[in-house]
Amino acid sequence: MEIINSFVRAFQLIFEFDKGVYEIILLSLYVSLSSTVISTIMGVPLGIFLGLKDFRGKKVLIRIIYSLMSTPPVIVGLAVFLVIARKGPLGFLGLTYTPPAMVIAQVVLVTPIVVGLVFNNVVEKGSNIRNMAFTLGANKLQTLVLLLNELRSNILVAVTTGYGRAISEVGAVMIVGGNIRGHTRVMTTSIAMLRSMGDYETAIALGLVLLLISFIINSIIYNYQRARGV
Amino acid sequence: MSRFVKFFSIMLLVVFFLVGCGTGSSEESSIILATTTSTENSGLLDFLLPIFQEDTGIEVKVIAVGTGQAIKLGEDGEADVLLAHAKASEEAFVAAGHGVERFDVMYNDFVLIGPDSDPLNVKGLAGNDIVKALEIIKNSGEGAFISRGDESGTHKKELELWAELGLEPEGEWYKSVGAGMGETILMAEELQGYTLTDRATYLSMVGNLDSVIITEGDTKMFNQYGIIAVNPDKNDKINNEGAIKFIEWMLSEKGQELIKEFGVEEFGDSLFIPNAK
Repeated sequence: MEIINSFVRAFQLIFEFDKGVYEIILLSLYVSLSSTVISTIMGVPLGIFLGLKDFRGKKVLIRIIYSLMSTPPVIVGLAVFLVIARKGPLGFLGLTYTPPAMVIAQVVLVTPIVVGLVFNNVVEKGSNIRNMAFTLGANKLQTLVLLLNELRSNILVAVTTGYGRAISEVGAVMIVGGNIRGHTRVMTTSIAMLRSMGDYETAIALGLVLLLISFIINSIIYNYQRARGV
Repeated sequence: MSRFVKFFSIMLLVVFFLVGCGTGSSEESSIILATTTSTENSGLLDFLLPIFQEDTGIEVKVIAVGTGQAIKLGEDGEADVLLAHAKASEEAFVAAGHGVERFDVMYNDFVLIGPDSDPLNVKGLAGNDIVKALEIIKNSGEGAFISRGDESGTHKKELELWAELGLEPEGEWYKSVGAGMGETILMAEELQGYTLTDRATYLSMVGNLDSVIITEGDTKMFNQYGIIAVNPDKNDKINNEGAIKFIEWMLSEKGQELIKEFGVEEFGDSLFIPNAK
């Protein structure tokens, strides 16, 4: 019965335009999108570089990145917290329990995913594309542009996967953000909190809203891919 | 590939086997106790339950959550017995037929903790008057009060105190974090703010804290624990017999004596004062 009530509650939450709920949804999107953008800017070039260049210690580095792709968010949250805490090395910045702290933690979580996936794709397709570019007499920059163009949809998938990790994780943002009402409360921490309060209905309702948002974002990306004929 | 499939199937079988073993234990010999985080965090249950198991052969599985969820677990028939500290909610629980009867077990008290430097001089200005202390924090304009905000017994107590001041705690100074007691204490420490906590949780963490007790000893911060057997008519999984044995043991002279003993060695004083009638 509670599940059915939850669906009703979910629609109520969406259409009631309750300020608190919208604040939570918007903060979720703000934090996860910001961290995904930053991770993309850092991760895509790094992934391409690793895929194309050979150097000493590369194997070890790749293994480390692969391990980081599956780090438990709780561990990342704890590590980031210890760095930015009042007693930590960056304590003077006063970042604890603020949205920027949440973005930092998620960047640490998402970047390895973007790097790892992009690297994989470059290794798979990179040499073919490079050979083709070489045959056509392209210079280095033109080769890179061609590579980016060919890998466009792969990069998009990598970024979407990273975003999925960001919007859905609860451990890291709970630790560094602190789930403060109206300040650092996001959807996942709200769900965890509502569950601990025994309010399963609203918890599942928020979960449904979260799923709906994911669905919409994925639909947009899918349509974009189709439109571009990728 | 087929080797991988084989390996995977075997792993799956192992997992199923382990899960199967976990659920096959007999039901007479264990009960599920839904309780508040404070009894678990303080170490009281770790101290009492092995002795209870020795006496009766009943294993107690503890689910430590906020009072709100503990009561919800009882309502859903997911637990056999409740140990909580929100008298009004507990009485309502019994009145609605979810529980059989409520008994007083013990009490502890709440304390207001804050930074050692006490930047607002709450200690000096309010003494042991908790309501006045909260008023000073509220009116300072720069203080921070960290509230659990999770409908727990402690949170309800805090709201009662704000109600005495006749105000709604709202604003930049009031941070509602929706978290357990330990988590909230750590946040208060990090933000150099004040928070209300039960003494037991505070003392169990004191080694890792710089925060000190700012206000204590006000009778308004008295915190009564009750124990209730969940109504066995809810479903046939409820182990009422075990629940009754556990309640009887907690209220017995031996149980009460042990509650009093707990914490004396480590902190020099009882954390919980037994008061079964």
